[in-house]
Amino acid sequence: MNMLARAADITRSPGDPKVLSKGASSSLGASDRLARNLGWFSIGLGVVELVGARRLASLLGMRGAEGLIRAYGAREIAAGMMSLSANPNPGIKSRIVGDAIDIVTLLAALRHGNPRRGNVEVALLAVAGITVLDLICQKGLTSRHARAPGPYRDYRDRSGFPQGVNAARGAARKERQAPEDKAGF
Amino acid sequence: MKALVWHGKQDIRCDTVSDPEIEDSRDAIIRVTSCAICGSDLHLFHNFIPAMLPGDIMGHESMGEVVEVGSAAKGKLKVGDRIVVPFTIFCGECEQCKRQNFSVCERSNRKKELAEKVFGHATAGLFGYTHLTGGYPGGQAEYLRVPFADTTHIKVPDSLTDEQVLFLSDILPTGWQAAAQCDIEPTDTVAIWGCGPVGQMAIRSAILLGAKQVVAIDCIPERLAMAEAGGAITINFKEDSVIGRLDDITSGKGPEKCIDAVGMESHVSISQPDTLLDRAKQMMMLENDRPHVLREMIYVCRPAGILSIPGVYSGLIDKVPMGMAMNKGLSFRMGQTHVNRWTDELLRLIEEGKIDPSFVITHTVGLEEGPEMYKVFRDKQDNCVKVVLKP
Ligand SMILES: NC(=O)c1ccc[n+]([C@@H]2O[C@H](COP(=O)([O-])OP(=O)(O)OC[C@H]3O[C@@H](n4cnc5c(N)ncnc54)[C@H](O)[C@@H]3O)[C@@H](O)[C@H]2O)c1
Ligand SMILES: [Zn+2]
Ligand SMILES: [Zn+2]
Repeated sequence: MNMLARAADITRSPGDPKVLSKGASSSLGASDRLARNLGWFSIGLGVVELVGARRLASLLGMRGAEGLIRAYGAREIAAGMMSLSANPNPGIKSRIVGDAIDIVTLLAALRHGNPRRGNVEVALLAVAGITVLDLICQKGLTSRHARAPGPYRDYRDRSGFPQGVNAARGAARKERQAPEDKAGF
Repeated sequence: MKALVWHGKQDIRCDTVSDPEIEDSRDAIIRVTSCAICGSDLHLFHNFIPAMLPGDIMGHESMGEVVEVGSAAKGKLKVGDRIVVPFTIFCGECEQCKRQNFSVCERSNRKKELAEKVFGHATAGLFGYTHLTGGYPGGQAEYLRVPFADTTHIKVPDSLTDEQVLFLSDILPTGWQAAAQCDIEPTDTVAIWGCGPVGQMAIRSAILLGAKQVVAIDCIPERLAMAEAGGAITINFKEDSVIGRLDDITSGKGPEKCIDAVGMESHVSISQPDTLLDRAKQMMMLENDRPHVLREMIYVCRPAGILSIPGVYSGLIDKVPMGMAMNKGLSFRMGQTHVNRWTDELLRLIEEGKIDPSFVITHTVGLEEGPEMYKVFRDKQDNCVKVVLKP
C-alpha cells in the first residue's frame, strides 16, 4: 500500500521506525493536488503542441498557424512548471489566462467556414472543461493558502525578557578583548 | 507509535510507524513530550533540500524523558532523565568535536560516503533531515532514538517548563550563534533579515550581547511587532526601502553586522525583481536557492563588516556580487549550529530569568494536527510564528 516508503526502507537501519500505515490526512490539500495534476497536464499538452503543431493545425483546419500553436505550447509548459512549484497559484492563474487565449483562438477558427468545424467544437468543449477545473483550482488554492487580512494579533507584549528589554541590553555581554586581539570564530 | 512522515513534496502525514529500537550501545530512546516545527522543516517540506525519501520521519527540535539507555551511555544518562535533544548529533571525541565544531562532527553521519561525494566532506548527522546528513529519523514522533546519546543531549532541570527549554534544541542557540559570530561591539548596529523564530532569537541574542541597536527586517506585521517587543527597530520591506532605512539608521554608513535569518526561500515579489529571476531559474533547475538577502546584505553592510548566515542554503546560487564583498572586506560566517557549544550558557540565562524563549510560541497542538500546522506555519496563517507539538 505504501510502495515508495517501503522501497526507501532499504536505506534505513533495523532500529529505525518504518511506516506501518499511512495517515489519512495530508498537508497536501485537494486543491494542491489538482494544481499538480493540471501542471502535468499543461506540460503534456505543451509538448504535444510543440512537436505536433503541424498535425494539430491540420486537425483543426488551422493551416498556417503552426508557429502560433508552438508558441502556445511553450506557454503551456511554462504555466505547467509554475503550477508544479511550491506556490502553484501564479501558475494556475496564468493557465486561466491561457485558457481564455485558447478559447478566443478556437472561436476564430470556428467562424471561417472551416471544414474541420467538428474538431474545433470538440477542442472548444475540452478547453471549456479544463477552464472550469482551473477556476475551481485557483479558488481552492486561494482559500486554502491565503493569509486572512488583519487584524493581526498583537505580539507587542512578547519581549522574551522577563526583566524587560532595558535590563536585557548587554546583560550577557562578556568582557571581550580589544578587537585587534580577537581570536576570530 | 505516531510520527509525522514525509511522503513527498508538501505531503506530510501523521502515520503509524514501528517504534525505534536501540542499535548501538551509545543510543538512548526518549518519550517525546514536546517537539516543534522549524523553518528548516519548510525547506524539506518544499523538497528544496535534496535526498529526502518517502517514509522519512520529520523533526529536529525535540525533548522528553529517557525511557531506555544503551550500555555505553549509562554513565551519562539514566531512565527518567529529562533531556532536550540538540539537532546536531555529535560523538564528542573526533577532532572537530574537540574544537566544539559539533555540527561538523566527523563521526556521527552514518551516510558519510554519500555526503562526501556531494559536499566534499561529510558533516554531522542531523535528526529528521536529508540522507546527506545521515537520514536519521526525526523527533516529531512519540519516541525518538538518540544516537551518541551520552554526548548528544542537554539535561534540563524540572523547575523549568518544556516551553522554556525546548528551543535549546535549535532556534535559541542558532539565533545566539548568529549573534555571537558577529563579535558584537557596544557601538554596533546589527541588522537582521527575517523575523521568523530564528530571527526572533537572533534579535534577543544581539540585545543580550550588547549591540547599540538592532534592526529587524520582514514583511509580516505580527512578526515585526514581536521583533519590536524584543527591542528591535523594524523595517517592513513591503512598505519601505531596506537600503534607504538602514542607511538612515546608520547615518549612511551601513550596519556593521548583518544576519541572514531567511535563507534560501526569500519572498518573491515584483518589487524585488531579482527574486522573480531566481524563481524562474529554480523552476528550470538552473539555481537551487533565492539569495536575495545575501545580495542585499553585501550591498548594505559597512566595509570590514561581518555577514552572519544562519539561514539555510541548499546548493548553487547565482548573481551574488562577490567582487563587492571582496573589495569591502566583508567576512562571511555561517553553518549549522554547534548547538552544545552554547547550551550551558543559554540554560543558565534561562534559569537566571534573563531570557524566556517561550515568547515565540503561538500554536500548541497534538501530533495529529501536525500536517495541517505545516501548512499554517508555511503560509503564516492565523498569525503563526512557532508551532509546538505535544505527541
Ligand atoms: N543554521 C542553523 O543551524 C539553522 C537552524 C534553524 C533554522 N535555520 C534556518 O534559519 C532560517 C529561518 O528559520 P525560521 O524558523 O525563522 O523560518 P521562517 O520561515 O519562519 O522565517 C523566515 C522569515 O523570513 C522572512 N523573509 C522572507 N524573505 C525575506 C526578505 N527578503 N527579507 C526579510 N525577511 C524575509 C519571512 O517572512 C519569514 O518571517 C531558515 O532558512 C532555516 O532553515 C538554520
Ligand atoms: Zn531547525
Ligand atoms: Zn565528533
